[in-house]
Amino acid sequence: MERKIRVLIAKPGLDGHDRGAKIVAGALRDAGMEVIYVGLRQTPEMIVESAIQEDVDVIGISILSGAHNTIFSRVMSLLKDQGAEGQILVCGGGIIPQEDREKLLAMGVSRMFGPGTATSEIVEFIRQSIGEGMGEAQET
Amino acid sequence: MASNTEAMRFRRPWSEQELLEQFIKGKTLALARVISLVENEAPGYRQLLSSLYHRTGKAKKIGITGSTGAGKSTIVDELAKLLVGRQQTVGIIAVDPTSPFTGGALLGDRIRMQDLGLHKDVFIRSMASRGSLGGLARATREVSVVLDAFGKDFILIESVGVGQVALDIAEVVDTTVVVLVPESGDSIQAMKAGLMEIADIFVINKADRDGADRMAVELQAVLDLGRRNNDWDYPVLKTEARHGHGVDLLLEHIDRQRDYLVRTGYLKKRKEELLRAEVRQLFSETVREKMERRLAGEGSLDEVIADILEGKLNPYLAVDQLLERVKGAEI
Repeated sequence: MERKIRVLIAKPGLDGHDRGAKIVAGALRDAGMEVIYVGLRQTPEMIVESAIQEDVDVIGISILSGAHNTIFSRVMSLLKDQGAEGQILVCGGGIIPQEDREKLLAMGVSRMFGPGTATSEIVEFIRQSIGEGMGEAQET
Repeated sequence: MASNTEAMRFRRPWSEQELLEQFIKGKTLALARVISLVENEAPGYRQLLSSLYHRTGKAKKIGITGSTGAGKSTIVDELAKLLVGRQQTVGIIAVDPTSPFTGGALLGDRIRMQDLGLHKDVFIRSMASRGSLGGLARATREVSVVLDAFGKDFILIESVGVGQVALDIAEVVDTTVVVLVPESGDSIQAMKAGLMEIADIFVINKADRDGADRMAVELQAVLDLGRRNNDWDYPVLKTEARHGHGVDLLLEHIDRQRDYLVRTGYLKKRKEELLRAEVRQLFSETVREKMERRLAGEGSLDEVIADILEGKLNPYLAVDQLLERVKGAEI
């Protein structure tokens, strides 16, 4: 059975603009990935617990509310508490000022995708980071 | 084993021993990883299952099936809430379809299970059907074995949204709940073969909509005409799962059905039947894989194909020839 890249897509906080998250979820599905879409109003605790139960390779967080520094730092520290630090690729999408972007990367977030990003760029980034062709390599 | 499977930049490889130790300690991370190995049929997954098997047999397995949008996830969510209220631990497997075109999947059942996500006694796993057409994924049974071994008291399995066929779920669980909505059709629909034949309990969800009462009456009337087991009264229940209405009654009937299975000895018989099907399937899969690998390795297949193309052989005789070649060989 071919191994699939599994991605959790979540939207934290109270902001209800989930169009971007849905577009990304659809694009990753069309790229052959298994997308666990948990949708709106997620807390960092919910995101990390879901990611662990689902054994995902990637967490994608869509955030437009401006609370990115708080949310991502909480997600990263919860991953650490759970012993999953560095084992899951964490990315985000939204409007993030440049100085915050650097702060997030320093925290261990792998990439922030801003407005205008082509979905193919996201697909490519995930494939390259997780390791393409891993499915074939794992056939017995 | 694990190092081979998890040769990825972001994954820490676990040794099999470490994985089992953490699993037995009840660590969620280990449970999730074991499920992935089983789901991906990673090298060594059968040994892994085999070393966990003695821990299984206690879980009660309930299947929830029905058409898309009937409210299966919401019912599962409400059932799980009631079960944890009774101090029971719950494992949920929620299956959604894989695209036959891209191989990708959008797994959205967790959206309806938000309240449970953080409950320490609940573990939810979404599975993509990965090419299986029976309403479950090929590995759903094995994943339920893993959850059973982990010590879950109840395992709720939610199928893909299905129409009239896709009946695999009944081969995996002890109790099958079929979820319908008031618009699901008239009494003739209910008499048709397929989905309606695998239900132990019927639920008409969204019962606040028009036609629910009529549908319940018609369905009950059809059931009264005679069914597989005359000594089990197939209940037809009305729920409004979104508001939690009626799900307590559903759980009561799930308990009742279980008592009935135990009392009559059907549970034992059923387990035996399921086991027979499982072992047969595992055996034939194993033989097939080995034979196919052998054929591919030897080049016999290429030879007979060439002969057929040249008109020296036909596909039917070719199979006889291939069989002759593998006969007596070590499998």
